[in-house]
Amino acid sequence: MTQEHSFQTDGVLTNAHWVAPQGDDRVYDELSDSAPRGTFRLSIPGWIGVAVVVFWIVFAAIGPMVIPWGENDLPFPDAYSEFQAPQPGAWLGTDVSDRDILSRLAWGARRTILISLAATVLAYLVGVTLGLGSAVVGGRIDTILGRINDALLSLPSLMFGLVVVAAVGSSSFILITTAGLIYANVVYRLARAIGMEIVVMDYVEAARARGEGLWWIIRREIWPNARIPLISDFGLRLIFVILFISSLSFLGLGVQPPHADWGSMVRENIGALQYGDSMVPVLAPALAIATLTISINFIVDDVSTYVGGKLSGRV
Amino acid sequence: MWTLVARRLLIGVFTVLSVSVIIFLATKVLPGDAADIRLGQSATAENLQAMRERLGLDQPYLIQYWRWLSGILSGDLGYSLAGDRPISELVASRYHNTLVVSVFTTAIVVPLSLALGIVAAMFPGSLYDRLLTIGAVATVAAPDFFVAMLLVIFFVMWLGVGSAVVIGNTDGMTPTHLLSHFALPVAALCISLSSQLIRMTRAAVLNVMSSPYIEMAILKGVPRSRIVMRHALPNAIGPIVNIIALSLAYLISSVVVIEVFFGYQGLAVLMVQGVQTRDFVLVQSLGMLFCAVYVGLMLIADVCSILANPRLRHPK
Repeated sequence: MTQEHSFQTDGVLTNAHWVAPQGDDRVYDELSDSAPRGTFRLSIPGWIGVAVVVFWIVFAAIGPMVIPWGENDLPFPDAYSEFQAPQPGAWLGTDVSDRDILSRLAWGARRTILISLAATVLAYLVGVTLGLGSAVVGGRIDTILGRINDALLSLPSLMFGLVVVAAVGSSSFILITTAGLIYANVVYRLARAIGMEIVVMDYVEAARARGEGLWWIIRREIWPNARIPLISDFGLRLIFVILFISSLSFLGLGVQPPHADWGSMVRENIGALQYGDSMVPVLAPALAIATLTISINFIVDDVSTYVGGKLSGRV
Repeated sequence: MWTLVARRLLIGVFTVLSVSVIIFLATKVLPGDAADIRLGQSATAENLQAMRERLGLDQPYLIQYWRWLSGILSGDLGYSLAGDRPISELVASRYHNTLVVSVFTTAIVVPLSLALGIVAAMFPGSLYDRLLTIGAVATVAAPDFFVAMLLVIFFVMWLGVGSAVVIGNTDGMTPTHLLSHFALPVAALCISLSSQLIRMTRAAVLNVMSSPYIEMAILKGVPRSRIVMRHALPNAIGPIVNIIALSLAYLISSVVVIEVFFGYQGLAVLMVQGVQTRDFVLVQSLGMLFCAVYVGLMLIADVCSILANPRLRHPK
């Protein structure tokens, strides 16, 4: 270790790795076995991503308070007509039931982001606990959990969602639980794979020899080392959850009317594409979802380069 | 090797069976059953009892499950709760659209993405490569209906070609006619699917590119394009076939959204209608169908990666 270090500071043998010609030594950064890059840098798309995500968070947080209309208020009750053009009082126009698009977008931002965030957190709580747990415990429990995991992962996520909604109906609580449990499977697999790499380390064995309990080992030895790669995957999971919830809402099986969420707004106003004066009612919520998920993905892309390779490659 | 493949096949069968148990049980947590739904609220207890006996709902779950599963295996998907039509009849009238769109999508997206991905791997770090990567990062995170909407706005609203709603009878259409009929849904699915395919193809080729024998070829002075095509590609085929099968499995989720968006009558729309009318017999059977296809594709992916890996093909 010290020898390597001195080599590096001497600048004689700065890099023992093979550097490809044509100056493309950065290309292999994203491979699964590539070394973490020294400092965290955001690329230009990454910076744009951060700006857009911050914008939507602020919009969701203070939008509903600032905008004068509630999500089901009619701004122009006297001049009732669907898909009115943007005008003072309704800056993005009105939707299929003449409600203010901007207000619904703000309430929808809150609902979409909060439901997705809650589902992702649930997926992480369940997935990480069981995944790291079964990596440490091993044996029969690991095998049983692994089999259940295989079976659940072999259902296409949207199909799984459809079956659940068909059986028990749809509400925010059911959406969060369903999405949370579906994606807990993926998180379980990631956490278990990372946990397996750490469990074989000497320091874990030392902790076991000292007689430390299961929970202590997970909390003090495994988690600090599994933390960074798992957190870097959080963004990616959040994207898939947002897409999942929005798709269900788009199909009319997610957030139920009269509540607004971005996916259901796209569904309600899809007629604006053909019959409306403006396409804003349907374009605005679709753009909102797309800009949010794409921005998160640009940030995730930068983070995973920093952490060292796509995490999914390690599973 | 064959024992490995056989074991994988066995696991696949086992997985489909456990999926069927999950789907079967999911519909049993409902408060009502098929007899309640069919007869409605005004049904008398005797009528309900008679209907349960007719449908076999008075039997223990194990026997019901066995009847349902053996029915599916022999092509009898049961009766739809709404309208009392056999589900196999409903499926027969719709599977054609779904199949046509999937086949067209596959035939277009696979060669195109492989070519784009391999060229990107030939010139890593180039402007083309970076633009392609940024494009792929963006489209992989874009919702399917957003992609479809942009296509409709661009082609239908601006250029005035095609239609935002794909309807009409497709009987007796020639393949070119069919392709133009389904052009927009196929294009939307291609875009959704290609990003993943391009990125993973590029990564698979680049992964091989970092191995010592490629370094050797570079030092020998072999041109870059030749290294990729002759040295790297044959060893990346296994992972690439794996990626193709996985992408086709992901197609299933996108198909649901795209069919609803364009409004043509496919299997996925049928399933969504089943969920809306709480016709859980229909949901059960179609869910099973989709999951079986999905597991099958996953299985093909696994078997291909076993067959493509010489170390697994010739075990010591």
